[in-house]
Amino acid sequence: MSETTATGTQPGYDYDRVELRKKLATVDKAPGSSKPDSILTVDNVVRRFGGMTAVDVQHVEVQRGAITALIGPNGAGKTTFFNLLTGFDKPNSAPTLTNRGAGTARWVFNGRAMGAVGAAKVAKSGMVRTFQLTKALSRLTVMQNMLLGARDQPGENFFVAIVKPLWKAREAEIEAKAADLLKRFKLYEKKDDYAGSLSGGQRKLLEMARALMSDPAMIMLDEPMAGVNPALTQSLLGHIQSLRDEGTTVLFVEHDMHMVRHISDWVIVMAEGRIVAEGPADTVMDDQAVIDAYLGAHHDTDLGDDSLLTDESIEELEAEVKEEDAARVETEHNEEGKA
Amino acid sequence: MDYLVQLFQSLTVQALAPSTAAFAIAAIGLNVHFGFAGLLNIGQAAFLLLGAYGFAISIDRGLPLFAAVLVALLCALLFAFILGLPTLKLRGDYLAIVTISAAEIIRMVGRSSILTDLTGGSNGITGNTYNGPFQALSPLPDGSTQILWFDYDNNGVNGWWIRIVGWGLVGVFLLLIWALARSPWGRLLKGIREDEDAVRSLGKNVYSYKLQALVLGGLIGAVAGIIYVLPSSVQPDGLGRSTTFFIYTALLLGGAATVFGPVLGAILFFVMRLLIQSLAQSFIPDSIMSTQQTVQFSYVLVGVALMCLIIFRPQGILGNKKELSFSV
Repeated sequence: MSETTATGTQPGYDYDRVELRKKLATVDKAPGSSKPDSILTVDNVVRRFGGMTAVDVQHVEVQRGAITALIGPNGAGKTTFFNLLTGFDKPNSAPTLTNRGAGTARWVFNGRAMGAVGAAKVAKSGMVRTFQLTKALSRLTVMQNMLLGARDQPGENFFVAIVKPLWKAREAEIEAKAADLLKRFKLYEKKDDYAGSLSGGQRKLLEMARALMSDPAMIMLDEPMAGVNPALTQSLLGHIQSLRDEGTTVLFVEHDMHMVRHISDWVIVMAEGRIVAEGPADTVMDDQAVIDAYLGAHHDTDLGDDSLLTDESIEELEAEVKEEDAARVETEHNEEGKA
Repeated sequence: MDYLVQLFQSLTVQALAPSTAAFAIAAIGLNVHFGFAGLLNIGQAAFLLLGAYGFAISIDRGLPLFAAVLVALLCALLFAFILGLPTLKLRGDYLAIVTISAAEIIRMVGRSSILTDLTGGSNGITGNTYNGPFQALSPLPDGSTQILWFDYDNNGVNGWWIRIVGWGLVGVFLLLIWALARSPWGRLLKGIREDEDAVRSLGKNVYSYKLQALVLGGLIGAVAGIIYVLPSSVQPDGLGRSTTFFIYTALLLGGAATVFGPVLGAILFFVMRLLIQSLAQSFIPDSIMSTQQTVQFSYVLVGVALMCLIIFRPQGILGNKKELSFSV
């Protein structure tokens, strides 16, 4: 593909995956650890809905050239975090006129500060996302959907649009590129059908292909496998990995642990809005914080079995609960101090 | 037989009337809003009224014709910005609410007695105060011309000249919309109609495009207003809510989001109404329905026709059925 050669020469990008994994193996496996070459660095992003804190991320970095999975139980704030990063939502901790100092939300993508940037500008700077509920443009054809994803089409300017010769050449270019991508995603035969006539899985593919039209530096996939049949899943996994190999950093939200294990180089675990663990896929699942987040902290204690409830064990549990409470009070206290 | 020939002639006369051309232009403008960008503008009549006022008052104050047209366009531009800047960042419904109330405000202000010096209050502005420069522009010789049964003065207030200009403008705007609809700009507008957030996630400034669409449709509306009042007079109540709904009827009848639909719809709208009215007048005795009532009756039937249209052929006459069946 012509685009591959264009993106295949980014300096500093780890095209060799083994190398990348070696690098990541040296990274501290703790929440908020710093990466050797982070494409995205996020600080102090807090989003509250009324009294509920949906997202509270103090610090996280995403490694350039890695496939990073963002996992967590339902309601952990993964999608909200996505929305915040891509400008579709605004953090409560965003810098205001009076307070631009420490403690306000700040994130840097590819060397550009992204604090108060709108969704369109975020996408333009190379961080393109897809949606959990696919947003195929139903009453446009598959091809038109794809063409919309391209950048630098002069014909999107009103005055240029009237004169076809001014945008015809670029249109032919992006059409060829779209055809390429569609063939890769096995949608080429459908190019003249309305996107509304595609199946759910095909729409997922279309949305991903459309996002790729702009050659993003990083693609953010919100549950790419939800509602996709197993046969298609395999080829989607292949697509995602080849994306990485060709120079696009991938960050994705997913519930399917099998998929996460299979393709991700690094896993970030969220629970109750916070990042609770980080690490390579094979070890992060054993982290106590992750098990607690998914199963509850006392999942292996049978409270209904009286024989197990000796005085000792009750005291142990009590102590544990007290400890947790103390920790919680402390963090809340810290937060209040900051606010 | 004579009756049928006469009926046919009067229908074709209505089809080619300047007011039909004005409605067609207004519907073309509305099509940019509603058909392409998905903006629910329920105040298109206000754009017409502003165009008409801007044009008539400027000429009355001594401005040359082209300056007056420019003033009319500027009025519409300003109005579009006032409506669009605060509402286009919000959900679509807000634009609908704001446009319908803003249109009423324009009409009420126009007819208020405080502004009698400027707008003529509820009496409006009579045609002879502003149609002189337009007539003077006509290259046609004096006298009248008859083509088939179309017999008008060349340069009269309601003659060949205004018909030529009116339908000429329809053609110009059709060409413009055709060029835009096939362009990436048009594609982007349709994308916004389908799902703003999706288009935003692809790095396009949705707000700016919606504003561009609102302005373009509004400017076309202002031109329609000028054409509408040139052969008659500026009447604030003649360009009220019902005008907007008639324009919508014409648009839906022809087919929204098509290039030629609004024009076909406008012609059919006027012809159908006249047909119903004439038939009712000829065949229903006065004891049942008076002449005045037949006019109302024609509107009732147009309403029924619109309902049937939405139910049985929602894409309009020229629209693509397949395209519409995916609307969510």
